Amino acid sequence: MKRIISILLENESGALSRVVGLFSQRGYNIDTLTVAPTDDDTLSRLTLTTQGDDQMAEQIVKQLHKLIDTIKVVDLTVGSHIERELMLVKLKASDADIRAEVKRCVEIFRGTIVDVTASSYTVQLAGDSEKLDAFIEAVRDIGIMEVVRSGVSGIARGDKFLRV
Amino acid sequence: MELLSGGDILIRALKDAGVKDVWGYPGGAALHIYDALYRQDDVFHILVRHEQAAVHAADGFSRATGEVGTALVTSGPGATNAITGIATAYMDSIPLVVISGQVPLSKIGQDAFQETDMVGVSRPIVKHSFLVTRTEDIAETIAKAYYIASTGRPGPVVVDIPKDVTDPSYKVPYHWPTETKMRSYQPTDKGHRGQIKRAVKTLIQAKRPVIYTGGGIVIDNASEHLIALAQKLNFPVTNTLMGLGGYPGTDPQYLGMLGMHGTYEANTAMHHADVIFAVGARFDDRVTNDLDKFCPHATIIHIDVDPTSVSKNIEAHIPIVGTCTSVLTEMLAIAEQLAIKPDTEALAEWWQQINQWRADKGIYTESRYEPSLGTCIKPQDVIKMLYKITNGEAIVTSDVGQHQMFAAQYYLFDKPRTWINSGGLGTMGFGLPAAMGAKRAFPDKDVACVTGEGSIQMCIQELSTCTQHNLPVKIINLNNAALGMVRQWQDMNYSSRYSESVYEDSLPDFVKLAEAYGHVGMKITHIDELEEKMRECFAMKDRSVFMDICVDRSEHVYPMQMPGGSMRDLWLNKTERT
Repeated sequence: MKRIISILLENESGALSRVVGLFSQRGYNIDTLTVAPTDDDTLSRLTLTTQGDDQMAEQIVKQLHKLIDTIKVVDLTVGSHIERELMLVKLKASDADIRAEVKRCVEIFRGTIVDVTASSYTVQLAGDSEKLDAFIEAVRDIGIMEVVRSGVSGIARGDKFLRV
Repeated sequence: MELLSGGDILIRALKDAGVKDVWGYPGGAALHIYDALYRQDDVFHILVRHEQAAVHAADGFSRATGEVGTALVTSGPGATNAITGIATAYMDSIPLVVISGQVPLSKIGQDAFQETDMVGVSRPIVKHSFLVTRTEDIAETIAKAYYIASTGRPGPVVVDIPKDVTDPSYKVPYHWPTETKMRSYQPTDKGHRGQIKRAVKTLIQAKRPVIYTGGGIVIDNASEHLIALAQKLNFPVTNTLMGLGGYPGTDPQYLGMLGMHGTYEANTAMHHADVIFAVGARFDDRVTNDLDKFCPHATIIHIDVDPTSVSKNIEAHIPIVGTCTSVLTEMLAIAEQLAIKPDTEALAEWWQQINQWRADKGIYTESRYEPSLGTCIKPQDVIKMLYKITNGEAIVTSDVGQHQMFAAQYYLFDKPRTWINSGGLGTMGFGLPAAMGAKRAFPDKDVACVTGEGSIQMCIQELSTCTQHNLPVKIINLNNAALGMVRQWQDMNYSSRYSESVYEDSLPDFVKLAEAYGHVGMKITHIDELEEKMRECFAMKDRSVFMDICVDRSEHVYPMQMPGGSMRDLWLNKTERT
């Protein structure tokens, strides 16, 4: 099962490599990884997604917690949460029919065309990973030149929050 | 305020951290630090012959005393040579601080002479590591390093210091923090009270209990607490290889070591137990054998200071995260208050069964190997003799292999911190430098390094360190002219095809070698001379003695768990199995 794990980390050199190293060292896979400083620039917020059953997820959370630079760890998939990912897709779009088709698709998926050339459109799309996957399927036959995905960011629903 | 250079700050900080001895080896990137060492008398430096030995010696010192061990090495090869030592300490949760010199900040990443990314290379085998980038940060980093190394589940911490950070011309005020606090590191001490209460109730009602303890008891100095609880409950106790000495080896409630080369009674009792009380042990694969067949009837109570050790290999029914001392203390107090009475009848029956197993196949009720005869000296008899001559009171270090298992089985350790071996990583070459560390800590105690002709040659250069720093250790070399444990596996699994496990006629004359280093060498080839020579060896209090003892080449270590079996599936000797 897909797991979204959120980590609050000291914003120090080497901290990220310890998290990434832990996954390869313990034989876990990272599917996506996003990291950036928070409003408090001594802290980084890191979201990663991985696959695993309950026992494996518990081990991963405990192992992450054991890292000295880690302040808080939570498995967001345990409770209700919001998941968002940003994607930029560059599509071949030279003839008028295709350009119209792309625009329709983008509208349906509530995306935005953020760059245009005579032969291409660049589309920006945000949402959960499934939605982004669905868009890719919808435009696959049109001709994808390039896909960039940010990886998942997540936050718990309701009043719960992750902070020092 | 007094201004100090980075080198002087480092040494002053070590002193303020309570460090008396540093084991190390100088080199370019560490020269400012070594100059600072030269100009003071508070911290003593012991020059080893190889950086691996510096870390092992600091490790041996730490295991013998419970204090944090300290090693100092230079950049590049100095740092990489230290890696095996660091990994050894990491696997056995030994508190160490390893300080490495690094190329100047401006050269980092330039592939400079003797440059290695030490923080990167050591990352998977340290509890934590620091790269110090400012002279002003040295003291605080050292304070944090000792705090992290020694608290929670202990472990090695690397502090990498670029050369310009210790530049003698740059001086800053010295400030030693009075308290170390880290928002990201707050180890758990006390266990969950409700869980502890549940555990006590489960224990008291057990009919076939076994207390299974590991290195955590030794590391946390919880031996007395364990003895008090075990004796109050009258429960059988078995120790892991790392836990030996945590419960007295001569106590009637002690079943011997468990696991791959554990005793028949310990392994069989574990298999049939209805409650297993694991304290400071981590259900290592060398203990459990096949996880699916592990102790099918048992409710498992598990105390460990490290949450990741709980339910990692075997799911604990009652997990308790906390230090062994605090949880055991609380358990004792609760046990006093509770009205439940133990099932004495069931316990008596359980003890009767255990004693039957001991009588049938135990290695302490009767010798289970052919006796030594003439020039056929049995390695087990050498350990028994060592035990006799040192009254069981020596600190015994060991290397890795058959000799290690024989020492673990036949030297009955009554006190914690007297058995020092590389259990987790299984590092050949550990024994001699670890013995130096233990001897440095306890100059008046007998320190014996039980080794083999394979292991001893991995760090034999340290005989020179023993000479320079007057560390008179006794080397008990069980010489079977082969890599005994490899050979045993080749006998059992590879139809005795001894691939690269024999030395032909290439072994050195260990007597002459010891003498070349200024020590005493002895060669023993007949069982009748063993006792007298060994007495002579230990009578020479201020000399290092190398006893080269030619032992039976064909001997195997038994009992031995069968691969893929349960705990009780054992080879008892070459032909008999359970």
